[in-house]
Amino acid sequence: MQSSDRIILDPKQFELTIKRLSHQLIENYGDFKDTVIIGLQPRGYFLAERIHQELMKINAKLDIKLGSLDITFYRDDFRRQETPIIPNKTEINFIIEDKKVILIDDVLFTGRTIRSGLDAMLAFGRPKTVELLVLINRRYKRHLPIQADYIGKNVHSIVSERVKVNWKNIDKEDKVILYTPE
Amino acid sequence: MSKLSTKHLLGIKYLQKEDINLIFETADHFKQVINRPIKKVPSLRDITIANLFFENSTRTKLSFELAEKRLSADVINFASSSSSVTKGETLIDTVNNILSMKVDMVVMRHPNPGAAYFLSQHVDAKIINAGDGAHEHPTQALLDGYSMREKYKDLTGKNIIIVGDITHSRVALSNIFCLQKMGVNVKVCGPLTLIPKYINSLGVEVISNLKEALEWCDIAMMLRIQLERQDTKFFPSIREYTQQYGLNKELLDSLSKKITIMHPGPINRGVEITSDVADSNQSIILNQVENGVAIRMAVLYLLAGRVD
Repeated sequence: MQSSDRIILDPKQFELTIKRLSHQLIENYGDFKDTVIIGLQPRGYFLAERIHQELMKINAKLDIKLGSLDITFYRDDFRRQETPIIPNKTEINFIIEDKKVILIDDVLFTGRTIRSGLDAMLAFGRPKTVELLVLINRRYKRHLPIQADYIGKNVHSIVSERVKVNWKNIDKEDKVILYTPE
Repeated sequence: MSKLSTKHLLGIKYLQKEDINLIFETADHFKQVINRPIKKVPSLRDITIANLFFENSTRTKLSFELAEKRLSADVINFASSSSSVTKGETLIDTVNNILSMKVDMVVMRHPNPGAAYFLSQHVDAKIINAGDGAHEHPTQALLDGYSMREKYKDLTGKNIIIVGDITHSRVALSNIFCLQKMGVNVKVCGPLTLIPKYINSLGVEVISNLKEALEWCDIAMMLRIQLERQDTKFFPSIREYTQQYGLNKELLDSLSKKITIMHPGPINRGVEITSDVADSNQSIILNQVENGVAIRMAVLYLLAGRVD
């Protein structure tokens, strides 16, 4: 970590945020009947997994399907990069036709990933409704008219800054930092 | 590695082992895509692809066209029998005319070996060789290798025999290159008149007895006799060929282990392979066809390159 890095969520706040988001979902979805959770690959899926675990912790009787969605083939910047983008795995072992979908990503910034995600999701059926949950919402820099329904934390940042979400299962510690790349 | 080392797909000879792995890994994802309720992705929506077939084809042409459409590319088709080629136009003229209609990629099958390479030197588009004479048929070899990898997961130390008309087969040559790069043992079997004189220079051994060859291998790839490329008689009769080199159920069941049967198609049932073998549960012929679409999607996706 460098001196210019700023911690947006420390491990304690991180945990509280996950808990709050999970309770918000319970408030709106109740028993989660006909509801599925889909995390966008790669890092949105970590959040989806964590939210799913938390929901089960709160109410072990809940039966909520969890899937991961890769958006590579649906991106609008393919052929605008030097090398082809290598895809991740999509694992959706259920049909989302007529289901209520909670789409999850770690950071919402330009909105382009979510746009691709919505497109990619439609290959698995026509959902009844889709809501978006993100851990970090970077405000003011949207390229598309896309907003999140559930937000962990709003962040004001400039374009050159980056947000990094660390997960304890892969990055040792749960935390979110804002930094300026060299 | 996330990029192919070549600009075109002219033959397996020009690929590295890493390229082959990258194509296989990408094909895994496309195989998943083509098994979804909606099988189309928008990746190549700003690309136009010309399929130029100067020689007949069913499977390869349909497979490429389907792969292109599943990637949302615009497709134009061309068959030489119904074109100005019969009026005496040269290959470069034909292709340049097509390219002036703003085509980004060309998939070409041609009766002359090296036609795809020649084209890549003279026109400004990505070229994919869909078979050039008796030279190479790279996407077929890739889908064959992919189907083997799917069946066996780890192919190290596996033995593959290619049986039949090796001299006139582009599938055989591409497969030899591909399998050797994948680290698999490959040998060929067939009448000596249909085995190229310099096959040993590729490091490939010949087994002339079919039974012996089948006992050696884990996978047998049966090839068709390419009568259209044979200008002289290479063996006394089809009947005699079948007796010596045809695979039937009796022979298959007499082997000490269960081997896997492959065939690139078109099959001449009753000549190189009998129907009960081709349709048996040891055959993965139809898996090869399904994997063909995924492999071709992967190749097109990886070659599409940057918008200028």
